[in-house]
Amino acid sequence: MISLRSFAAPAQRQCLRALPRATVSFAVQNQRRFASQQEVAKFTGKKDANGLYPVSLIEGDGIGPEIAVAVKEIFAAAKAPISWEPISVDPILKDGKTAIPDAAIESIKRNKIALKGPLATPIGKGHVSLNLTLRRTFNLFANLRPCRSIKGFKTPYDNVDTVLIRENTEGEYSGIEHVVVDGVVQSIKLITREASERVLRYAFQQAQAIGRKKVRVVHKATIMKMSDGLFLSVANQLAKEFPDIEFDAELLDNTCLKMTTDPLPYNDKVLVMPNLYGDILSDMCAGLIGGLGLTPSGNIGDECSIFEAVHGSAPDIAGKGLANPTALLLSSMMMLRHMGLGEYADRIEKAAFDTLAEGKVLTGDLGGKSSTQEFTSAIIARL
Amino acid sequence: MHDTRCIRDSSIAPPAQVGVQLTDPLLSTQSLLRAAQPSARLNLARSFASVSDAPIQTVQSDLFKPTKYGGKYTVTLIPGDGIGAEVAESVKTIFKADNVPITWEQIDVSGLDDATPTGRTEDTFQQAVASLRRNKLGLKGILHTPISRTGHQSFNVAMRQELDIYASIVLIKNIPGLKTRHENVDLAIIRENTEGEYSGLEHQSVPGVVESLKIITRAKSERIAKFAFSFALANHRKKVTCIHKANIMKLADGLFRNTFNKLAKDYPQLECNDMIVDNASMQCVSRPQQFDVMVMPNLYGGILSNIAAALVGGPGVVPGCNMGRDVAVFEPGCRHVGLDIKGKDQANPTALLLSGAMLLRHLGLDDHANRISNAVYDVIAQGQIRTPDMGGNATNNEFTRAILNSMEKAL
Repeated sequence: MISLRSFAAPAQRQCLRALPRATVSFAVQNQRRFASQQEVAKFTGKKDANGLYPVSLIEGDGIGPEIAVAVKEIFAAAKAPISWEPISVDPILKDGKTAIPDAAIESIKRNKIALKGPLATPIGKGHVSLNLTLRRTFNLFANLRPCRSIKGFKTPYDNVDTVLIRENTEGEYSGIEHVVVDGVVQSIKLITREASERVLRYAFQQAQAIGRKKVRVVHKATIMKMSDGLFLSVANQLAKEFPDIEFDAELLDNTCLKMTTDPLPYNDKVLVMPNLYGDILSDMCAGLIGGLGLTPSGNIGDECSIFEAVHGSAPDIAGKGLANPTALLLSSMMMLRHMGLGEYADRIEKAAFDTLAEGKVLTGDLGGKSSTQEFTSAIIARL
Repeated sequence: MHDTRCIRDSSIAPPAQVGVQLTDPLLSTQSLLRAAQPSARLNLARSFASVSDAPIQTVQSDLFKPTKYGGKYTVTLIPGDGIGAEVAESVKTIFKADNVPITWEQIDVSGLDDATPTGRTEDTFQQAVASLRRNKLGLKGILHTPISRTGHQSFNVAMRQELDIYASIVLIKNIPGLKTRHENVDLAIIRENTEGEYSGLEHQSVPGVVESLKIITRAKSERIAKFAFSFALANHRKKVTCIHKANIMKLADGLFRNTFNKLAKDYPQLECNDMIVDNASMQCVSRPQQFDVMVMPNLYGGILSNIAAALVGGPGVVPGCNMGRDVAVFEPGCRHVGLDIKGKDQANPTALLLSGAMLLRHLGLDDHANRISNAVYDVIAQGQIRTPDMGGNATNNEFTRAILNSMEKAL
């Protein structure tokens, strides 16, 4: 006993002494900086007088209104405590820049949360993509893209269940470009410690929230030693704060190759990466399970979050009652979970997946013959 | 001006060969390397005159013709890191067995930190570049690149930039008998190899803020687009798809796409379209059959060649090459070092062997190329002896021996 204690005590003291001052103050500084973001992107919306959470609803263009109706009906049937606040984001030009109407901005800022259908960016009017505008207006720094195989829709890949988080504000999509001389263009990929840290922290927290034990950073730091190197080194530092999460990194090339060969090993991981890689890989994952019509997406910001269907507005079938509302419905499930209403999400999701798996009532894009209304009713019947 | 070496009128190819092309992904390349439209070449020279300060060379068919010494070609062999040494050994054995008139000038460059105790990695690299310049032809494995910031720049990239081997060709085609998730995949990825995101220009503006420059130039976009069109024509391919992200990078990728679209007008016989890179990746894993020839900037090429390689069986079976005006370096199309299976005798030499066969066709040694590639396909199709990545449990050595046996039988 005595010998043990005498061993332990000096060691401890030594440790204290050995810690150089600078390190301590650095750690404190770090903690202070992190403190304000201890839990990034936490939902802070409040219930209204009727005990319902108001959600801003952007129905979108093309098939948007139809699939929005489907979602509203299903939510009503499931008695989800949500009240919808429809808003329009038809772009306006403010000082020559694309902007969203103030009423829409106010609504989303008040409700802290929005659900969005597909938007068609007007071509040839000098508009920036509306999605980009929304992202910038509300500083939606992370894009969350889960992809899960739908039973009943056969693709070359089975049992896919990937979760991918993409940095959404900088990187290759910084929008900083210029023509140096005629015929020579520089496009700048911007990586900052701040933005990297924010999205990586969100990734770790999301992994905890959905019960995944592994976080993997995808990078190309062999070539882009400084930019991707910074992203990677921030990840390495942050990983220390999450000792319960296993952290590793993988080269972009390897991820592409392995995911396409066999996506199953990725089912227990959360992938996080800079903007461009995330954009490409999240769509690639969607391809594994059958396309964007089946993939939900969430844009996460510190203040507000917007959940959306990332597919196109399909003007060719708009108004015909043929559209598949699955992507928007699954996005709204993500939204419910983000709001802490997981139990409703689970019920609706089960009903939706069961309906799809049964394969009797499917819309045209999945090889069925049913209308949006029939598909919606089939889900409601299961609730 | 650059793709000039690829000259053989494809119309003289015997019809029998056209038939074989359907099963042999490599046969189609031979014309890539040797056929092109003379008019395209002249155009190229002209368009380059305005944007490049390089001396304007007359387009002649004798540009880029490796010399034979004593009846043999000298070819630089860079085994590379990881599995490189093992698979290069297979290639040497098989080439020797077929009496291929090639003398290897082997240079063991390595990107590993502990590779050269004498600290002469840089020197060996320079030696390799000099050797390639001299021989104009190389067969190369992949060199390791460290992640750490203090580590050296990628030798692979440096070599491509130094030698200006600007066009990477990756051939993606199902190998008969090797079952994968996708069937009837037959596409070629043409990737700009010398600029774009791999410019290596990065700086830290203030601590915690890093800028990395992606450079796109009209001159290089033009020559890669022309290369892709010439490739498509020479190989009887129908469609060329330009992959970009011009909706976001309006200037950089916009320049790449616009250059492509402008040049496409000169090739009315080809169907030309463009696609955004994220959509292309999605299409690649769901309906890869829609693609024929794809042309793209550097980084997207890296991404798509990996996705596409996975469709047909992985990096072990995908051949490729890098073409420049003066030098051609053949290397596995999907560039993986394979450090994890180094020295375990598990490597699949198919990719390097098929790249070697491409090299032989480039030299006009079609008989050798056919014998070797047929033997490789034969062994894979029979299915008894395959390396682990192809679902078998044979070693590299056993696989190589099986190929040798198959070649012997065919004689």
